[in-house]
Amino acid sequence: MSPKRRECLKKGVKVAIMSKNVEKRVELIKEYEGKLPKKVIEDALKIAETTKMKDLKKTMERAVEEYQKNLIQPGEAAGIVAAQSIGEPGTQMTLRTFHFAGVAELAVPQGLPRFIEIVDARRDPSMPIMEIHLKEGIREDKGKVIEFANRIEEVKLSDIAKIEEDFTNKQVIVVFDMKKLDGIELSFDEAKKIVEKNARRKAKEVGDNYLIFEPGFSTLKSIRGFKDKLAEVRLRGVPGIRKAAVLQEPDGTGYYLQTEGTNLKGVLVLPEVDASRVFSNNIREIENVLGVEAARNAILIEAKKVLDGQGIKVNPRHLMLVADAMTYDGEVKAIGRQGLSGQKASVLARAAFEETVRHLHEAAMTGEVDYLKGVTENIIVGQPIPVGTGTVKLIMKLGED
Amino acid sequence: MKGTSVYVNGKLVGFHPDPKALVQAIREKRGEGKLPPDMSIAYYPDTDEIYINLDAGRAMRPLIVVKDGKPLLTEDHIKQLKEGLISWNDLVRKGVIEYLDAEEEENAYIAVTEDELTPEHTHLEIHPALILGVVASVAPFPHHNSSPRVTMATAMLKQALGVYSANFNYRMDTQMHIMYYPQLPIVQTKQTKFIGLNDRPAGQNVIVAIMPYQGYNIEDAIILNKAAIERGLLRTVFFRTYSDEERRYPGGQKDRFEIPRPEIYGYKGEDAYKHLGDDGLAYPGREVRGGEVIIGKTSPPRFIEEVGELSLLEEKRRENSTVVRRGEEGVVDSVMITETTGGNKLVKVRVRAVKIPEIGDKFASRHGQKGVVGLIVPQHDMPFTADGITPDLIMNPHAVPSRMTVGHILELLGAKAGSLAYKLVNATAFEKPNVEWMRKVLKAYGFRPDGKEVLYNGITGEKIESEIFIGPIYYQRLKHLVSLKMHARARGPVQILTRQPTEGRAREGGLRFGEMERDTLIGHGAAMLLQERLLKESDEVEIPVCKKCGVIAIEDHIRKKTYCPICGGTDVYKIKTSYAFKLLLSEMMAMGIYPKLLLEDKA
Repeated sequence: MSPKRRECLKKGVKVAIMSKNVEKRVELIKEYEGKLPKKVIEDALKIAETTKMKDLKKTMERAVEEYQKNLIQPGEAAGIVAAQSIGEPGTQMTLRTFHFAGVAELAVPQGLPRFIEIVDARRDPSMPIMEIHLKEGIREDKGKVIEFANRIEEVKLSDIAKIEEDFTNKQVIVVFDMKKLDGIELSFDEAKKIVEKNARRKAKEVGDNYLIFEPGFSTLKSIRGFKDKLAEVRLRGVPGIRKAAVLQEPDGTGYYLQTEGTNLKGVLVLPEVDASRVFSNNIREIENVLGVEAARNAILIEAKKVLDGQGIKVNPRHLMLVADAMTYDGEVKAIGRQGLSGQKASVLARAAFEETVRHLHEAAMTGEVDYLKGVTENIIVGQPIPVGTGTVKLIMKLGED
Repeated sequence: MKGTSVYVNGKLVGFHPDPKALVQAIREKRGEGKLPPDMSIAYYPDTDEIYINLDAGRAMRPLIVVKDGKPLLTEDHIKQLKEGLISWNDLVRKGVIEYLDAEEEENAYIAVTEDELTPEHTHLEIHPALILGVVASVAPFPHHNSSPRVTMATAMLKQALGVYSANFNYRMDTQMHIMYYPQLPIVQTKQTKFIGLNDRPAGQNVIVAIMPYQGYNIEDAIILNKAAIERGLLRTVFFRTYSDEERRYPGGQKDRFEIPRPEIYGYKGEDAYKHLGDDGLAYPGREVRGGEVIIGKTSPPRFIEEVGELSLLEEKRRENSTVVRRGEEGVVDSVMITETTGGNKLVKVRVRAVKIPEIGDKFASRHGQKGVVGLIVPQHDMPFTADGITPDLIMNPHAVPSRMTVGHILELLGAKAGSLAYKLVNATAFEKPNVEWMRKVLKAYGFRPDGKEVLYNGITGEKIESEIFIGPIYYQRLKHLVSLKMHARARGPVQILTRQPTEGRAREGGLRFGEMERDTLIGHGAAMLLQERLLKESDEVEIPVCKKCGVIAIEDHIRKKTYCPICGGTDVYKIKTSYAFKLLLSEMMAMGIYPKLLLEDKA
């Protein structure tokens, strides 16, 4: 950096853009495509306008050098190193879940329990949570955000009405709590319409705060079933969203929502929502709605969140390997018996892991062949493992022409 | 049924309409001496139950009874006690002192000191230190040490070697340590005497200098004075008792204590039996070493042998003697012959060995300050004071600040003063140590009142720049002796089933190269080293395999032929694998699985 420019920076003067030959510099950067990761190329393009050709060339060469230095060697035991790198600091993780009294935050399991949840790829996390960011124009106004939050919170009939069954008359009576009904800004008529539509029949009798249904069933069981069905009728909100808290964006540009219960599909379609920033901590849901790639990123983000929350520093590349291993075949699978370890290609490795006899029997019945490609199998039979120095093989044979 | 249920010794005996009156009445009668003092009564309002216990096995402790915030024990009582006019039992009978068990303690509100008494209190502690248990009562100055260190001190007190039983010479414990010259601690708590530790102490007052020494006492190691050890410092004897029994077997056969004859199966050689008398037992006084027989025994064969030549039932007995443990040696101390409850002849042979402190033995003061001997230094290399005193033990100063064992420092100061004034020094919990007295005594005998002294380097004779804190501290020898623990193996016995090295010191075993250790080698990509650890250093075998069938071939050494058991072919190659894998293949075959090995050229 020239002394003149440094002075400019000090004074806060915008650095003069060297518009001359920008194309040439961009061209130079483009030459490095393939040699460097996309992200680095993008970053380089950002400084293309403000950097001299000579400096830029030096920078790019240096970047390539650094990049190559950081690539791992062929035969490196990346998995074991990743496991150890996560496992060792993981021993310091506490099993405790922290709760903060009086804070509008949800009791998310943290630390080890949450990490196990992620790695096990549970179908439902113990505390499903979504973060919903809103589009500009709404997010700045707290009132509007609260209004939106109320709108997506799921309200069931059982939340605002008392439902009773009357077996003698074979009726089901719904008594609305008018205050609560008012609270969700719904008129009695509107509520009646929704309930009738879901019940697929008209109310037999309509009072000023109650409805009486005669479903036409005669057995106790079916009347009870009808009553339970009524209780589940959703009057408002997005299904699955039990609670929505309004929180301030960390950068102070407005407000966002944190919800208990997730429903990606239901939320993404709402026009107020900034769909590009909706986040759910339910990895399986992300997989179903947005695909494996998104699920991989979710695993990475969630795992990183847990470790950061515990003040544990792990190189994210190790976590990336874990996320990749969990998703590489197109669907999210756990690390463990039902997932990765249980689906290993080698019979011997599987037998060594769990349920030895079952694996051996099944392999025998199907005539499985173990090609001894992995680490465990080779240790069992006593061969050098195909890792590190074991990857090298002598091809030429002495004494043969 | 109405009223409170009343249980006597755990049995429901009836109901009472007014539990509080009942409890009060019983306690009053007990105070008057009309009911036994070891009877306890407790009322649980939440379950509405009264428990009265008189049975044996309840730990009880005495407390001063308090009425309306005033202890019943008066100055008069104490005066009379001192003059011998009344005794403890009189106080108990009068109801001044009451014994409570765990159950009745639930109903009591006990003040620890007299000045915290309120009208609600029911009892007062005789001495605040009595809240401590037996072991914790022994640790000196616990109120001047950090709590983790006090906990550790109590744990180690239980490992200290001393004279644990006065009849030790008649005992046949499997392992027994006895200290040569145990001493009373100069600094001790009041309870020590009553516990009985002063009758059979476990430790010695050792002159300690707190200073570094050539780096041989870093990380809690301690330095010992060789001359002190040779004078018998912290010396103990170790006894190990070996026992064996003449068992009877079905078929009228019996074990026999005797000197095995050479034709016996498993004969160990003449030399191994040299200590045995005609009864098959070693003579007391004989020096024995590891592997030598001390109880000669022969047993009938495991399986009944075929009838030998001349149709005689040849009895081929097998050797079943007891040998001295590998790596141990000692003198046969005593031999005992008795009978088991089953009527079998039972012998016990006790071997004695002197255990002189050596590098690696563990020692500790009573402040949770434990350490292992790092070096034994000849007296002429030890630092000395102007008076010519050399310490017996050198402890590193780094052991003190982070552990906050102020009691350790106080003990040194107190013991130094106590030894000069010929007095035992009080170190009871919650009592203020009389540091002024210690300083006064030290000064009076011409020492610095802070316990420090000028020391001279024993090697160079130079004066050591800083004054060194030096004085007696009560040290204990802990039961962890290196000679009973150290272990290494290069080659040795293997297990029969897997041909892998045995496990454990007693079996001269190897140290397990476990899963996590395996992972580290994989992590480093050290494939060949890993193979060496897991295969070559363990259970590597060479087995012939039929190329066509992939099964283990038969190697007939007599006919010098190797052939396949299935096809009979001789297209057989030798492969190197672990015996454990060979075992796996065999076991799979036993399951009905045909594990076929596909052979390939070694690339």
